[in-house]
Amino acid sequence: METTTPSVENKEYSTLNLGPTHPATHGIFQNILQMDGEIIMSAESTIGYIHRAFEKLGERRPYNQITTLTDRMNYCSSPINNMGWHMTVEKLINCDVPKRAQYMRVIIMELARIADHVICNTVIAVDTGALSGFLYMFQWREKIYEIYEAVCGARLTTNMGRIGGMERDFSPEVIEKIRTFIKEFPVGLDEFDRLVTRNRIFVDRTVKAGPISAERALEYSFSGPNLRAAGVDYDVRVMNPYSSYQDFDFKIPIGQNGDTYDRYMVRMDEMRESLKIIKQALENLPEGNYHAEVPDFYLPPKEDVYSKMEALIYHFKIVMGETDVPKGEVYHCVEGGNGELGFYLISDGGRTPYRLHMRRPCFIYYQAYTEMIRGSMLSDAILTMSSMNVIAGELDA
Amino acid sequence: MSELLERLKEKVSSQFGEALIEGHMDYDFPVLVVAKPQIKDILAYLKAEGFTYLTTLCGIHFPDNVGAEFAMMYQLHSLERNERVRIKTFMSEKDIEMPTITDLWAAANWMEREAFDFYGFKFKGHPNLKRILNMDEMNYHPLRKEYPLEDASRHDKEDKYFGR
Repeated sequence: METTTPSVENKEYSTLNLGPTHPATHGIFQNILQMDGEIIMSAESTIGYIHRAFEKLGERRPYNQITTLTDRMNYCSSPINNMGWHMTVEKLINCDVPKRAQYMRVIIMELARIADHVICNTVIAVDTGALSGFLYMFQWREKIYEIYEAVCGARLTTNMGRIGGMERDFSPEVIEKIRTFIKEFPVGLDEFDRLVTRNRIFVDRTVKAGPISAERALEYSFSGPNLRAAGVDYDVRVMNPYSSYQDFDFKIPIGQNGDTYDRYMVRMDEMRESLKIIKQALENLPEGNYHAEVPDFYLPPKEDVYSKMEALIYHFKIVMGETDVPKGEVYHCVEGGNGELGFYLISDGGRTPYRLHMRRPCFIYYQAYTEMIRGSMLSDAILTMSSMNVIAGELDA
Repeated sequence: MSELLERLKEKVSSQFGEALIEGHMDYDFPVLVVAKPQIKDILAYLKAEGFTYLTTLCGIHFPDNVGAEFAMMYQLHSLERNERVRIKTFMSEKDIEMPTITDLWAAANWMEREAFDFYGFKFKGHPNLKRILNMDEMNYHPLRKEYPLEDASRHDKEDKYFGR
């Protein structure tokens, strides 16, 4: 790494170390920038500061223990990761999940998507100097976390659901909380919308900041809102429906220019679409069991463990990770908060995966960052990063 | 889905003949196992055939598979037709040099660096082949199976305690 690079006009560039810990980057990312005044001439990213070897850890852990690793990838929407992992294992063991569990999963996943997009969009606003929207909107994220808490007891790293379905049915309290959320959230979102979306300063700052064309975005294997902002309507929920997404009526919002404003707008519209999905799923929530009958993977009720021989055996086998798993290779992907979150799993029949590879959308699209900020102002680079919603946990695994 | 496999097998074997070793379905996924020397040509051919989206790639280590200890896996996606395909190639431990596909897909850059970091694949022609998630000072490739995750002195997880 050269510290100064004289150009043809005999100019010297200054080197700016943005990160690894910098309050404006919202996470641990290092970018070494060559600056000509305030213009970025070139950049080099260094990642891996919070690498926790999830793929290696996954090779040592029984299937039900890997869920907690997925929590810590995109921690803004951990239920999506949890359920993506459960569905991967369900595909491997050929387990059909009852409709009710699928709908419950959809509700939780869409709430998680809203929570994810709330953080991303409010942080874009903060980086343009609008702090109040962020403070107003965080109460809605809190409401979603209260729903998580009522569903599973945890808030951030949820470890929600089990292989085969959910760990318990929605209580009346949960249903009530979700209904209230559906009713009240649009009011809060509209307020934020009025505050920020057409604000002159916000528009001036974000339009044409950090753009990427659809062709380049596809070359870089973008997915999720960032790809859709560039104008490509690829959404795993529609392309390869999982967990009954084909039952719901929703649109895929797309942008045109792939710039910060379009990424913001796509996320705003996606929140409204998510809300529509939650509404439909809650209205049509089917009766039935909330989990599949897979005693080899699904923990039996506690009272049965104390009174029934079979349940005790299954309980022991699951907790000790002694379940027989079929041999095979499977890939399953879900539409995470940031795009196509995929799990590639090889099982050799042992107690743990033989190989677990996670397709982490952040890791794949963040490599385009240096290209996207070249030639732009430093302040735009900050905005570009927050609008791409790069989550360090997902980036570094 | 299996008609997609048949179609791909026919196409690839008519273009590359012996380079297609076998093809099978893994759950809902068509898988083609191909010979390493032609891997890049086959990927370029599939890209021209509409599989323009590189979903992911990763390395795999099979230490017991003597003569073909390492494997690389590529997953391609055709967004127009919504078809996915997985391409695998096996190679021996002595010969883990792979052609880079960064000139076909810009996204392969970090993915290949990750495969190098964790398995030691040498991607020939890669513009910046260095470690990505681990420290530069590290002198081994941690996802290889010879590196046990836990302290080898731990005996509480041995198979004999579980009746195996």
